[in-house]
Parts: sequence; C-alpha cells; structure tokens
Amino acid sequence: MANAMKKADVVIVGFGWTGAIMAKELTEAGLQVVALERGPMRDTYPDGSYPQVIDELTYSIRKKLFQDLSRETVTIRHGLDDVALPNRQLGAFLPGDGVGGAGLHWSGVHFRVDPVELRLRSHYEERYGKGFIPDGMTIQDFGVSYEELEPYFDFAEKVFGTSGQAWTVKGETVGQGSGGNPFAPDRSDHFPLPSQKNTYSAQLFQQAAAAVGYHPYNLPSANTSGPYTNPYGVQMGPCNFCGFCSGYVCYMYSKASPNLNILPALRQAPNFELRPNSHVLRVNLDSSGSRATGVTYVDAQGREVEQPADIVILGAFQFHNVRLMLLSGIGKPYDPKTGDGVVGRNFAYQNMATIKAYFDQDVHTNPFIGAGGNGVAVDDFNADNFDHGPHGFVGGSPFWVNQAGTRPIGGISNPPGTPAWGSAWKRATAENYTHHLSMDAHGAHQSYRDNYLDLDPTYKDAYGQPLLRMTFDWKDNDIRMNQFMVGKVRRIAEAMNPKALAILGKQPGDRFNTQSYQTTHLNGGAIMGSDPKTSAVNRYLQSWDVHNVFVPGASAFPQGLGYNPTGLVAALTYWAARAIREQYLKNPGPLVQA
Amino acid sequence: MSADDILDSRRSFLRKSLTLIPVVTVAGSGIGLGAAVVADPAPAQAKARDEAAPAGSGTAYQPVFFTAEEWAFVNAAVARLIPADATGPGALEAGVPEYIDRQLTTPYATGATWYMQGPFVADAAPEFGYQLRLVPRDIYRLGIAAADDWCGRQYGKRFAELDAATQDQALGLLEAGKATFDAVPAKVFFSYLLTNTKEGFFCDPIHGGNKGLVGWKLVNFPGARADFMDWVERGERYPIPPVSIRGERA
Ligand SMILES: Cc1cc2nc3c(=O)[nH]c(=O)nc-3n(C[C@H](O)[C@H](O)[C@H](O)COP(=O)(O)OP(=O)(O)OC[C@H]3O[C@@H](n4cnc5c(N)ncnc54)[C@H](O)[C@@H]3O)c2cc1C
Ligand code: SF4
Repeated sequence: MANAMKKADVVIVGFGWTGAIMAKELTEAGLQVVALERGPMRDTYPDGSYPQVIDELTYSIRKKLFQDLSRETVTIRHGLDDVALPNRQLGAFLPGDGVGGAGLHWSGVHFRVDPVELRLRSHYEERYGKGFIPDGMTIQDFGVSYEELEPYFDFAEKVFGTSGQAWTVKGETVGQGSGGNPFAPDRSDHFPLPSQKNTYSAQLFQQAAAAVGYHPYNLPSANTSGPYTNPYGVQMGPCNFCGFCSGYVCYMYSKASPNLNILPALRQAPNFELRPNSHVLRVNLDSSGSRATGVTYVDAQGREVEQPADIVILGAFQFHNVRLMLLSGIGKPYDPKTGDGVVGRNFAYQNMATIKAYFDQDVHTNPFIGAGGNGVAVDDFNADNFDHGPHGFVGGSPFWVNQAGTRPIGGISNPPGTPAWGSAWKRATAENYTHHLSMDAHGAHQSYRDNYLDLDPTYKDAYGQPLLRMTFDWKDNDIRMNQFMVGKVRRIAEAMNPKALAILGKQPGDRFNTQSYQTTHLNGGAIMGSDPKTSAVNRYLQSWDVHNVFVPGASAFPQGLGYNPTGLVAALTYWAARAIREQYLKNPGPLVQA
Repeated sequence: MSADDILDSRRSFLRKSLTLIPVVTVAGSGIGLGAAVVADPAPAQAKARDEAAPAGSGTAYQPVFFTAEEWAFVNAAVARLIPADATGPGALEAGVPEYIDRQLTTPYATGATWYMQGPFVADAAPEFGYQLRLVPRDIYRLGIAAADDWCGRQYGKRFAELDAATQDQALGLLEAGKATFDAVPAKVFFSYLLTNTKEGFFCDPIHGGNKGLVGWKLVNFPGARADFMDWVERGERYPIPPVSIRGERA
C-alpha cells in the first residue's frame, strides 16, 4: 500500500534542465512545488571537486554519472518484424541520472534553432513541392515560431551565461568579421558573454573553411568566457579549457548546469522541495482518465509513495517522458501499421559523420585542451541554407571542430590501417595523439512512419515495469544526406593539408549501431503540434488528453535538428511555463481547443 | 515487484555468476601442460610472480583475483599488447596487470551497471552491442583458461611459456576470431584484454596502472593539470610535464 504525501500544487518528474526551469518558474508563481529525481543528490561540491574529478577512467570510461542500466534501459530493434534486444551497456547515447540530469555533465554547445526547422514540412512543401518529401517521412511543423520563442531563447542564454557572438541584434549587423554566424536569425540582444577563445584545432578549421569559401563562426557555448552573474543572482567563474568537460561535473563553476545556475536560487524558495532517490513509476489519473491526480514513486528504501498534485510536469528526458506516458495511459499509443495514435510517434535522432585529420609532428593540436561547447562551425549546409533541389534529400547539417577535450584512454586515434596493439600501435600513438583533430557533420535526423517508441513485450526494469522499445533504423534519405555532408566536410579537411584522414560516415546498408556514441540528442515520441491526431501535446507542451500534464523536453520535437537540442528545449520550457503562469492557473483546462 | 525483490534477483544473478568461478578455476589449472602445476601449485605461483615482477621494482603486487596461472598469462599478454621498446616502457612497467586485477574487484567486474536480465540472445548481430550473459570476471576466468588450453593444443605450451613472436601470432589469431573457444568468444576475450590494457596504461595511477606516468609521457598528456587558459590558442607543444591526482610528477 502506497504511503500518501501531502498534496502539492505541482509535482515535477526529473530534475534536469526542464525540471529545474519549471521548478524555478512555478515557485516564482507562488506554487508549492515538489521535484522527484530518481538518482542521487549531485552538485559541484563534492561531485566536481578538483583533482578527484580529473579522472578519465571513472567518468568517461566507467561512466559514473550516467544512467545505471541495471535498473532501467531500453530495447532496440531495426524493424517492425524484428525482436528487440536490450541495450545492456551504455553506447550510442548516455542518459543522465541524479540531480541535474544530463544537464550536469553535458558539453554546453548552446544553440537556438534555425527558424526553418520549426516549420520544416511547410517550408519544404513551399520551396520544393509536396512530392519532394519521401513517402514514409513524417516530418511536421512544431506549431510555434522563432519570433514567438525569441524572448525565451534570450532569457535562457542569460540564465545559462552563454558565450557567443551575435550576427544581428534588432536587425543591425554586429557580428561581421568577429565570429558571428551570417545564417543565424535575428536576436533581441547580444549573448550575455563574448565568444570564448578558440583552440588551435578550431583555428585550423576556421582558416580551412574560409579558404574553401564557407562562413566560419564561433560556437555559442554555455561555458563562460569570463566571470558572470545570471538573472537569478548565481555566479560563475571563467572556463579554463580544462578538457574534462563532457561527462564531467565542471570544477570551475563555468559550465551551465541546473545545479549551478538554478538550484542555488531554488534553495531560497520555501515553497520548493527536491527529493532525490525518488523513482517515479507512473502518473495517476482520476477515473475519467482525463485528469492527473499526482504520481507514484519508489523512495530510497524501496517503499511506494504517492505524491498528489494539481499539475504534473514530466521532465524526465525525452524517452523517459514517452515511457511514463505509455505506462500511465496518457494519450493514445502510436500504431505504426495504421498510423493512428500519437504517443511514441516520430522518434528521431542525430545523423552524425566524423572526419579525423592527422598531421606531421610540427602541428600541435593538443586535443586534451578544450571545452565542451567550444569551437568553430559553419552553417553553409545546415537547415535549408543551400538548395536541396538537385540533391533530393531532406535535412541539413552544421559542421565543426568542437574540441571538448579528449583524453588518452578514449581519445587515442591513429590513421586507418594502424594495428590496434604492439610496437607499431605504440609508435603511431606517440606520433598522432597531440597531432590530430576531429571534425563533425552534426546532421539533422528526420522522422519516419516506422521509427517509433512503444513498450517492450518481454524485458522489464528493476521495478517490474516494461522497458521502452525503440524501433529505429537509418533510411535512404539519412544515408544519402550523410554522404553528401561527408563530401563537403572533406573539402575543409583537405584544405588543412593533413598527412592522413579517417572518415567515419554512413554507407548504404548500414544499420543503426547501438555501440558507438552518436549523441544523446534523441527526439520525439511526445511531439508538439496543432492537431491532436498527429501530436501528443499542444504548442504549450500540454497533453491534449490530460490537461494538467505538461511534457517539456526534446520528446516534443517532431524531428531532429541540425543543432544540439538543449537551447530549444530550454526555450520551449520557459515558453510553456509562461503559459502555465499566465493562462492555465487562471483557468485550468486545455490551453488550445482541439 | 518491490525493490527488495529486485535486489534479490540481482543477488541471485551474482550468485550464479560467482558459482561459475571455482569450477573454472579447477579446470584452468588442469590444462594438461606440466603436471607440476596441478600437483604443486605453490611453487608455480611463486615462479609466475617472480617472472611478473618488473625488473627493478621493489615489492611485487600480490594479485587478489587472478590465480598464479592467470597472473602469468596476463603479465605475458599485456607485455606484448603494449611492449617496452624504443619508444619507452610498456604495459608491464606501467603496472597494467595490477590495474586489471584491481578492476576485477570493483563493481565493473560483475557488470553491476549493465542490464543483465534475460532472455539473452548471444548470437545477435554486432549492431546490438554486448548481449552475453558473462561479466568481466567470467570473461577473464574463462578466457584465460581457454586461451592457455588453445595454446597448449596449438603450440604445446601455455601462452606465458611461448616466445614473443609466437605470443604475437597467438594474440593476432584471437583478435581475428580465428581461435575458437567454447566458453567465451575469443574475440570478446581479446577485446576486453586489449581495452583494459590500454585503460591501465593511460589511467590515473590512483587505479594502479600508468606507474611513473609512463603512458602519459609517451603521448605528452598532462594528466590532472586541467588548466590551459594560457595555452588554448597556441599551436605549440605543451611544455609542462604530467601530474597525477595524488600529485605524482614525471
Ligand atoms: C554527454 C552529453 C553531452 C551533451 N552535450 C550537449 C550539448 O553540448 N548541447 C546540447 O544542446 N545538448 C547536449 N546534451 C543533451 C542535454 O544534456 C539534454 O538535452 C538536456 O539535459 C535535456 O534536459 P531534460 O531535462 O530533458 O533531461 P535531463 O537533463 O537528462 O534530466 C532528466 C532527469 O530526469 C530523471 N528521471 C528520469 N526518469 C525518472 C523517473 N522515472 N523518476 C524520477 N526521475 C527521473 C533523470 O534521472 C534526470 O536527472 C548532452 C548530453 C550528454 C549526455
Ligand atoms: S572545460 Fe571549462 S566549462 Fe568545461 S569542465 Fe573545464 S572549466 Fe568547466
């Protein structure tokens, strides 16, 4: 029998970026907020203490901060007729766990969105005609515009303390020749901090990209270029390019995290409570199934506890949000055969390619120097910044050198054909490690009718509940786009005049591989939109079916972006929070009439 | 199901994988090469340790997980995977055998953060990643026994007793999956051995490997310096030698 806690106004599932933003916004509105986080308490101290945190084996290799798969994982299959197998070891993606979520150990590349990608289907149909979008590709519009979101992008950057260079501010060009991105949409204000310095590898990329006629710009990074105080009064110190960034807690108080940038302000609020070690099993619904009454979770001692609340926020990360909806009966599960239903629909990922360049002994790239969000990029082939007509695929890709810091256990890379061990390997390793660099095409990934999420029929989590099943494979459009992008990045790579290149791209027939890290940029499954038949949540991230459940996260993206997702995730969360504060609280009910 | 039941099923999984061990240990020392090993394990153990102790090192590390025969195998194998040569010290000098032995007493050894509920489909396509029921302890215990057994059939000696060129040939056959083992796929065993060897060569010495920071010196990695404010923009060799978490310098 579950123990019942005192009712709260709001219960938030998960305390990563979305959970922390919602907690701050809704406590500001005077609501009593309880955040339930399945993992342990984590913070800069003690989890990011120097020198203990400078330990590649513990963090990058044994993956201390990521999700414990012995408790919960996903199963994966390529096609509708296959049997899915569990993802037993962390590989392609690294979900977060504990207070701060993946926001504690992310890298910090902090983008907005290309406005075209918010209305991707409409844009392609207008420019290239309806027939251009392949059969089975289910891309659609977000139902919200860049102009509507701009104030929230701006505020999120100020909370995160983001470093970058604007191209235009209120229509006036300010970024020419100083690292701005000519393809970036207009902004209402500058970045809160100027761009960071660039690593030598990024400088090489910048020169080579300019030499082949592209338009290099400084990556916007949520790693500080100088001291900063955010709107919540939280202080950050300057990033020193320590190189232990992605997968680590920042010991310098320089990488934005929910723990550093929001939690200190929340701790001052008497109407906020954070309960770590609280794994939510399900959202409870009333007998009509159209209103949530709270959630049930398992506490550190293994007891089931009920937390009643008037509003439930699912901030558990993209695929956990989808799973919790399926486990709780919120929204109609998607059926890929009929195309009916919405929960689980439009699951999409990232379409990555990587090129490594190896140089002679006089070029010192020092790959151990870097910061997670730092680098130089080009957008010439991102979004719809080039004519897709002759190429016949949907989607774009930024390219970059994003030297986040690579260390020798995981970061040794030798030219193709080098033996994997023995004296030849050792010599090559000594000659290449500090003389190589890595660049990526961080391609957008589209959604398809048969790439989707549902509950696995066989495998269970540590609490006896079915695991989430991913049905996912690369499609012809993805492979062709990947090959096109590799061809373009290769021009930049060759302009650097390396002695050798390694090209890691996709070939026809390649299947989705769960072992090699792509990104943790998983999208969709509880997508936003204007039509309840094709979206699970409305433009305010409110469930169409259960009006007091809101679902922030990349689960709301109808397809993947060229950029990293968190800037858009954060802006959408602030946008949804504003709708709750200004509209929903006055008149609880659907914010959009179906 | 309550969380307690889960702990129980986890424990029973661990029990199952642990019960595997003694059986294999016996089998491992009965590989039929040199009856002395079976009849009188103590001298063999001492001999293996003598062989393993890097020249000039003071007190030899006493393995906690590995038996004497396994210890001899690991010492011999890592010395070929990352050999001492003209570029500098190798895995043996870096203390990689100690590193691996110590790792096999951590939660990693029992796959504590892996999803280990069945059903297991061991012959799944490689795109699905690791699908075996075995955890690292099993992979070493079964893999070393199988490799020594295979070397016995192939070359008439245990791995540690082969000359360096034959050892390299044997490792190459394991790597390519050309040696077939029953208990554990040879390729899986080899890949754990190689991965863990590189970890032990490049990790912070706090984990028992990279002694004297020899791995970091080889590639000019500065270890726990973690402050490059003054070097980020420079395309020059980083001049400050490495330091470890405990403050050891090279
Ligand atoms: C290594 C790495 C690098 C990244 N780098 C970048 C980058 O450079 N740029 C970028 O834009 N994005 C990056 N990301 C992605 C970024 O971290 C996520 O987009 C972001 O954290 C999403 O926020 P969220 O609140 O949706 O999820 P999270 O921040 O992951 O938070 C979700 C929280 O919910 C908790 N939770 C899950 N299930 C339950 C449950 N049942 N009960 C209670 N709690 C639960 C989790 O433990 C977690 O703490 C990176 C991710 C990783 C892993
Ligand atoms: S690179 Fe910068 S932001 Fe990243 S962990 Fe180090 S100091 Fe922090």
